[in-house]
Amino acid sequence: MKWIFSGLILLSVVFGLLNGRIDNVSNAAISECGKAVELTLTLMGSMCMWSGLMQVADKARLTEKLSRLFSPLIHLLFEKMDHTSAAAQAITLNISANLLGLGNAATPLGIAAMKEMEKMNPGNRSASNNMVVFVVLNTASMQLIPTTTALLRSEAGCATPLDIMPAVWVASLCSLTAGVLACKLLGGASGAKRVRHRHRLEAARGIRGGR
Amino acid sequence: MNQSLSNFIVPGVMVGIIIYGLVKGVDIFDTFLDGAKEGFRTSVKILPTLVALMTCVGMFKASGALDILTYALSPVASLLGLPEECIPLAVLRPISGSGAMVLFNDLLASYGPDSLIGRVASVMEGSSETTFYTIAVYFGAIKITKTRHALPSALTADVVGVVMSAVMVSVVFGTA
Repeated sequence: MKWIFSGLILLSVVFGLLNGRIDNVSNAAISECGKAVELTLTLMGSMCMWSGLMQVADKARLTEKLSRLFSPLIHLLFEKMDHTSAAAQAITLNISANLLGLGNAATPLGIAAMKEMEKMNPGNRSASNNMVVFVVLNTASMQLIPTTTALLRSEAGCATPLDIMPAVWVASLCSLTAGVLACKLLGGASGAKRVRHRHRLEAARGIRGGR
Repeated sequence: MNQSLSNFIVPGVMVGIIIYGLVKGVDIFDTFLDGAKEGFRTSVKILPTLVALMTCVGMFKASGALDILTYALSPVASLLGLPEECIPLAVLRPISGSGAMVLFNDLLASYGPDSLIGRVASVMEGSSETTFYTIAVYFGAIKITKTRHALPSALTADVVGVVMSAVMVSVVFGTA
C-alpha cells in the first residue's frame, strides 16, 4: 500500500509539472479528500442496512445453509478452510451478494470476511494467501447481470442492452481464473522464497556461530 | 424483461431473509440493529483509507499521466486487437470507478452502444471492478499494510479481462 500511495502522489506531481497541469493536481489534492468523506457518508446507510440484514440471516442460520452449498468452491479456492467456519460463511455471503449484483452489500460482507480471516492469522500486518485470493476475487467482477452497464447502454439508445451478457460472463470468468492462478503462482513463489531466505539466514548464522 | 427482473433482487433478498428469520424465531429488529451498528463502525474504519486512496488517485488523474500511459499502451493494445478508443477506459477502470463510468458513457454517446467500440467498452465495464478501491478498502479495514501479491494478481486478472472483452465481442458479434 505504501508504494501505491507514495508512487501515485510522486508520479502525479512529476507528470503535473511536465504537462503544465500542476494547478489541476493541486486542486485535486484539496478536493478529493473531501469527496472521500462524501462517498463514505453515501455508503454508510446501505452499509448499515445490509450489515443489519445479514446479521438477521446469520442468526437464522441461513448463512450456514448457504455456505454448505458453496463449500466445493470454498475448498477449491482457499487453503485449509473449513466451510462451516465463520470466515467461510462470510466469504459465501460476499460471493452471493456479488453474484446478485448487490455491490453495496458485498463490501460490508467482504470486510467481515477479511476480519474473520484475520482471526486465523492474528497480529500479522502481512496478508495471508487466503486474504489475497479473496481480495482478487472481489477486484474481478462476479456479477451475473451487469445491471449498471445495461442501464447505461439502454440510456444510450440500445434496444438490447443485455446482449453483451454472454461475452461479459466469459470475460469475467477468464479474468477471475487468471487472477486466482496468478495468486496461487505468486503466493507459492513468494512463500517459498521466504522459506529459502530464512534457511539462508540460518545457514549464515550457523557459519558465524561456527567461528 | 431482465431490466425489471433486477428490480426484484433487493426487495426479494430482504423479504427472503426477514421471513426466514421470523420462521426461525429470531428477534428481527434487535438483531438488525446489532448488525447495523457493526456496519456503521466499519464505514468509520474505512474512511481514512478512502481519503488516502481518493486523494492520490484524484491527483494522478488530474496530472494527465493517464494520457501518457494510454499513448504508451496503444501499440500493445492494437497487437491484442483492442480498439484504440477503449484504451483509456481499460487504464482508468481499475483506478477509478466513477471516472470510468463517465468515460464509458462518453464512448457510448460518441460511437453508439451497438458499435464495435461500444460493445467492447460495455463488456469491459461489465466484467471488471475498481481494483485499487477494493484492495485499499478490504486490506485497510483490517490494517494490513503488506498486501504481498494482491496487486500483481488483481492486475493480471484485469489485463486478461480487457483482452477477453475484445476477443469475446468478436466471437459473439463478429468483427463487423
